[in-house]
Amino acid sequence: MPVEIPKDSWEGTVRTVTLGATSAEGGTRSRTITVGGQKTLPFMNFEQTAPNRPVVAVEIKERRPTDWSPLLLDVWGDAANDPAAWAKQAEAVGADLLVLALTLTDADGAPTTPQAAVAATKAVLGASALPLIVFGPGQAEADNELLLAVAEATKGERLALGICEDKNYRTIVAAALANDHCVTARTPMDVNLAKQLNILIHDMGLPLDRILMDPTTGALGYGIEYGYSVMERLRLAALQGDAMTQLPMLVTPGFEAWKTKESKVGQDVPEAWGDWAERAINWETLTAVALVESGADIVVLRHPESVRRIHKAIDELTISPEMA
Amino acid sequence: MALSGIQIYKLLPQTNCKDCGFPTCLAFAMKLAAKQVELSACPHVKDEAKAQLAEASEPPVRLITLTANGHEVKAGNEVVLFRHEKTFYNKPGFFLRVRDDQTADDIKAAVSAADSYMVNYVGRELMIDGFAVEAVKGDPAAFSAAIEAVRQVSHRPLILISRDPNVMAAGLRNVDGEHPLMYGADASNWQAMGDLAKQHGAALTVIAESLDGLADLATKLKEYGVPDLVLDPAARKLGTSLALNTQIRRLALRKNFRPLGYPVIAFPCDAEEAYEESMLAAHAIAKYAGFVVLDRFAPETAYPLLVLRENIYTDPQKPIQVQPGIYEINNPTPDSPVLVTTNFSITYFSVANEVESSGLPAWLLVADAEGMSVLTAWAAGKFDAERIAKSVKAFNVADKVNKKRIVIPGHVAVLSGEMEEELPDWEIRVGPREAVDLPAFMKQSL
Ligand code: B12
Ligand code: SF4
Repeated sequence: MPVEIPKDSWEGTVRTVTLGATSAEGGTRSRTITVGGQKTLPFMNFEQTAPNRPVVAVEIKERRPTDWSPLLLDVWGDAANDPAAWAKQAEAVGADLLVLALTLTDADGAPTTPQAAVAATKAVLGASALPLIVFGPGQAEADNELLLAVAEATKGERLALGICEDKNYRTIVAAALANDHCVTARTPMDVNLAKQLNILIHDMGLPLDRILMDPTTGALGYGIEYGYSVMERLRLAALQGDAMTQLPMLVTPGFEAWKTKESKVGQDVPEAWGDWAERAINWETLTAVALVESGADIVVLRHPESVRRIHKAIDELTISPEMA
Repeated sequence: MALSGIQIYKLLPQTNCKDCGFPTCLAFAMKLAAKQVELSACPHVKDEAKAQLAEASEPPVRLITLTANGHEVKAGNEVVLFRHEKTFYNKPGFFLRVRDDQTADDIKAAVSAADSYMVNYVGRELMIDGFAVEAVKGDPAAFSAAIEAVRQVSHRPLILISRDPNVMAAGLRNVDGEHPLMYGADASNWQAMGDLAKQHGAALTVIAESLDGLADLATKLKEYGVPDLVLDPAARKLGTSLALNTQIRRLALRKNFRPLGYPVIAFPCDAEEAYEESMLAAHAIAKYAGFVVLDRFAPETAYPLLVLRENIYTDPQKPIQVQPGIYEINNPTPDSPVLVTTNFSITYFSVANEVESSGLPAWLLVADAEGMSVLTAWAAGKFDAERIAKSVKAFNVADKVNKKRIVIPGHVAVLSGEMEEELPDWEIRVGPREAVDLPAFMKQSL
């Protein structure tokens, strides 16, 4: 019985965004990363193979984090004391690109200075040739101050700067505009809010091919279903031709998963939770697998083993199936 | 093909008697066409009309129910491709696989560990659904013995795996009175397997490497009199499985293509490594599997997979909630502290579990925040000083305690000023941001 394979064809295409610049392009990266460009729902390779595959970013910090799970601190070891060493190590475990997430204060509790942020960024760029995303600490004033300095000091490297939110995006976008960088735009799990922020950023003159959208996600057990569905809806809207949703998506399953008790705590938890280390890695990877299947173009992870596993998942998903 | 509402209407009695709960036959017909009601809700349909309508009222993905000793696993009856369009209904059943070349003791050990496994997530008790027994020896007696070993320690539904009708027949004799899933029928054995399925009232898996082959076999088996089928499109990798499961679901829902209108079974257990198995299982949950067969049972993998399954199968229109009210944790006295949180299940249980396991008594006031987390509710104006004060009054919290002191979540520290205005005779304390830090906070500061 010949079955007609139901193929969708869509009007819309996701835009491509390229991060990093090689020396020929005015930067110092060994290679660039391009995401986006899909004309189908994720991995519908029987309709059309996507020009770019999802990539894995590894999150590092400019100083040893104090609130990370001991499992993460153990696995990164001394590398986590120094952003350059950490960047090298992250590259060695297979990162496609890096996220440097700046901390609000230095080790002594004083506000992180723009000089320190710039020094850390330069150290990372010097140690690894991967494309780089830099996130501010997540407080408007600090974000603006630190990211502006970083943007200026790295002009031409085509970083992505984040996180732009509806209450705070102007300074970051202006800094990206003036220094040839990209931005990431985060909204709380809502298609219309995502569109709105993309419009506001685009209205400032930043071309759409320099905006990544971050629709926000939750970890397994802590809201992943909302993140999962909003990504499916955003990607459907993009393919249906809604221009302001046609941007590649970045999500942070590493941050979300490693915030949960399941990943952070090894003692005095129910026996039914099982082995701590494997549970924690599962928490991160299973969150990430679900998000990759719902349309993520960049997943930001924290554990090296998760990086390996998600690469394997992406490999399998992007293989074009030999089918009639 | 599915009938339209009007076509269905023509087959109904057209008396508008309202016995179905709808004002008119036409209204009922429209609901039936949209597959939102069952034909049986109208008691007056004539038999010949029934036969014609049965087709139209059948769900696009047939509901398959496996039963054993009072346990039940359902798959199918799904109506959407994306959960946001409505919801996914029947959570895929998890089955742990054992083989008949294992010793009876090994089988029993593996099965009883998984059978007794239970993990609590937001007040729900999550567990494995059943077991798959595979005949690898090709020996009816060995298969039968393995099933018996399983049955000594578990009463849950079974999947019986063998392509040899003789071996399968022996296994089925062990599970009389149950509705297991047979695995399965292929192009060479389908008639014999079909006979067994009919005899035992068992569901039967159809195995083929292509959709053409699957549709072919499923059609033959249905005509042969086996209504309860499950599909194995034989994909064992993420990419192929995603493609095939999507195609099957699309054909069933969009084209109402009956030959593929059955639940799909997935075999993450065939992965070479444990981590691949867990990712394949996660994928199977999100992307349309009805039954999931696993090999390596470990709590650290089962727990996240069970949670993912809860999450993906939550109704997107209704966040899981707990009843607002004042909850007593560890037998609080009038001297125990009052903590306030929202009625989103995940939020409530993350707080309640921490306090409970600390052994410290407390009153936990659960405000009606329309089922939203602390920050979501705060941002949406559903968890503000006014609402909290209202709950304090509605649940007579002041009468329960000697000291009027209430702890608010650290994430909404900004509320403390307004809280002081709303509850002038109360002391407002800002707690830690995360529930994990509550026990330490309670010990030191309360
Ligand atoms: C899932 C989610 C949603 C879901 C709703 C889920 C639900 N039922 O609540 C959806 C998608 C619907 C949603 C909607 C919105 N959201 Co929302 N959402 C989230 C998300 C991703 C996770 C929230 C969650 O479930 N957390 C898990 C629970 C367990 O956390 P919790 O309730 O805070 O509880 C913890 C602590 O607070 C503490 N705790 C709890 N109670 C108590 C009590 C005491 C005494 C103590 C000491 C501690 C304590 O313990 C818990 C564990 O540590 C967060 C971002 C994130 N990743 O955190 C955004 C987030 C909360 N949302 C946000 C916003 C703005 C919104 C919207 C207003 C946006 C919009 N679309 O208009 C809407 C509002 C809803 C509406 N208008 O209907 C913002 C809030 C920003 C802010 N700081 O004000 C956030 C932070 C995202 C962001 N970064 O912008 N959201
Ligand atoms: S019960 Fe049957 S006959 Fe009566 S209104 Fe409903 S559809 Fe019509």
